[in-house]
Amino acid sequence: MESNAGIQSPVQKPVNRSRGSASLYRKLLAQRYLQVMALLGVAWMILFHYIPMYGIILAFKQYIGIGDVAKAPWAGWEHFQAIFEDELLLQVIKNTLGISLLKLIIGFPIPIIFALFLNELRSLKFNRIVQTISYLPHFLSWVILGGILTAWLSDVGIVNDVLMGLGFIKEPIFYLAEPGYFWTIVISSDIWKEFGWSAIIYIAAIASISPELYEAATIDGAGRFQRMWYVTLPCIKGTISILFILAISGVLNSNFDQILVLKNQLNESASSVIDIYVYEVGIKSGRFSYSTAVGLVKGIIAFILLLLANSVTKRMNQSSLF
Amino acid sequence: MLLICFATLYPIWYVLVNSFNDGKDAMTGGNIYWIPRQFSLENYETVFKNDGIMTAMGITVAKTLLGTVIHVFFTAMVAYALSRKDLIFRNFYMIIGTITLFFGGGLIPNYIWLRDLGLLDTFGVYIYPAMFSFFDLIIFVAFFREIPEGLEEAAKIDGANDFSIFVRIVLPVSLPVVATISLFHGVWQWNDYFTGLLYTNSDYLQPIQTFLYRVIAQSSSNQIVGTAGGAINRTVTSQSIKLATMVITTLPIVLAYPFLQKYFVKGLMIGSLKG
Repeated sequence: MESNAGIQSPVQKPVNRSRGSASLYRKLLAQRYLQVMALLGVAWMILFHYIPMYGIILAFKQYIGIGDVAKAPWAGWEHFQAIFEDELLLQVIKNTLGISLLKLIIGFPIPIIFALFLNELRSLKFNRIVQTISYLPHFLSWVILGGILTAWLSDVGIVNDVLMGLGFIKEPIFYLAEPGYFWTIVISSDIWKEFGWSAIIYIAAIASISPELYEAATIDGAGRFQRMWYVTLPCIKGTISILFILAISGVLNSNFDQILVLKNQLNESASSVIDIYVYEVGIKSGRFSYSTAVGLVKGIIAFILLLLANSVTKRMNQSSLF
Repeated sequence: MLLICFATLYPIWYVLVNSFNDGKDAMTGGNIYWIPRQFSLENYETVFKNDGIMTAMGITVAKTLLGTVIHVFFTAMVAYALSRKDLIFRNFYMIIGTITLFFGGGLIPNYIWLRDLGLLDTFGVYIYPAMFSFFDLIIFVAFFREIPEGLEEAAKIDGANDFSIFVRIVLPVSLPVVATISLFHGVWQWNDYFTGLLYTNSDYLQPIQTFLYRVIAQSSSNQIVGTAGGAINRTVTSQSIKLATMVITTLPIVLAYPFLQKYFVKGLMIGSLKG
């Protein structure tokens, strides 16, 4: 093999190479507009994505926030060691994982169930209306929803009104000041905001199932729920697993926007998550290097989770991201 | 299902109703559930007279319009180049882009880089970093693939170059996906408060969402009431101002989305096929 290659290459390669590069050049010239268009995109990615990636070296440096990052003295693994000694961070990680996992476990199936039931509605018009209403909250910002929630959950708010009216509680509670309620508020408001929107993909997937399958199932004597279980669910399995992988990879992104709005000093012990911590320690307190290190560790864990989820769903049913 | 509709709509209704109610009355007279108890337009008057809020609104409108047009045009342009199978180095470009989906510098490196670029406290910070998204590119590419090649070839014979083919032929026939991405990005731009919070300090550059965030998070809306002009017998409260601002902020989106929804469902489907 080796000798073969050795004999052939001196004779053929130079010829090929010159002809190849000439035609490559000609092709490039022919598509110069396309190349410029593509390269503008690459330039953007380098400028706004790859150069900040280089900024990760901050995690290994002693950077105090001014001047050139490259010139800052090295810190080695110092910041990573500090991470393991940071007791506050332990609480932060617990909050991140707790909120994210609960969101995943409770929030992931709800759009699927909603899509399944919506599909069973007889009236097409009613179906449309329900669907349209269901994803309206997706378009509202967390700032607005935060405003609504703080108004509702305050001690004179509507929630206390209703609960006291029904006799469940005697004293009004200021819910956002109690760490114990924080996770419930975050998770349920997130589900409220996004379930309709997340359902769109499932609804689209269900719409593409061949009606013949349902007819066959009906002839075989399948009831409504049996058709759901044996026809609809298996048909959208692929969509479900891809979205599940994406959800897992985002598990550590515990919705920064939302929590920043709902967080206050009183509920801090339940509301501080990694992203918030990075923001507060880094930007607000100016510990740039340390919080970059925290962000980096988070990124690595998220990536491992993504690979894991991908391989698990791959083994389960052949569909995967890569 | 009716219950779901109610649960979804009621919080929005509640804000609307309360924003039209007299502020002092709402504060002292208990909660208002269904219709305004003391109808008043004063909240809105106060908001429209407040320079800070109006400036913030202007910034938001400007960054949403400009940001969306630039984002959609630029991302679509790159996507068109990458949708062409004969593009040399295409796989290489795709790999570069795919990596951006999974890795990033994170908050602090981004912040420091934008600071070093001199983008902090400029209007550009809303536009340039948000000009391109590889995720949106994937949706565009999937759509552009469906365009019959004959269209482009005919234009090529007429002597058009690839860029003008993109502008004159590809973009006009891609209305559904252009509308979808415009909506996505427009909503994002409109709702984004974090860019303003993080990257700007000056009041003139603050978008309305950032303004609202500061008001809600720091409960400093008394300032708006305080600076709202000369009226002495004012009956607005910080809460009622907040609600009125919330309604004004949300209205454009709620009004725009029924018109665009027939497009984005289709666009989302294209996106979902690609994963």
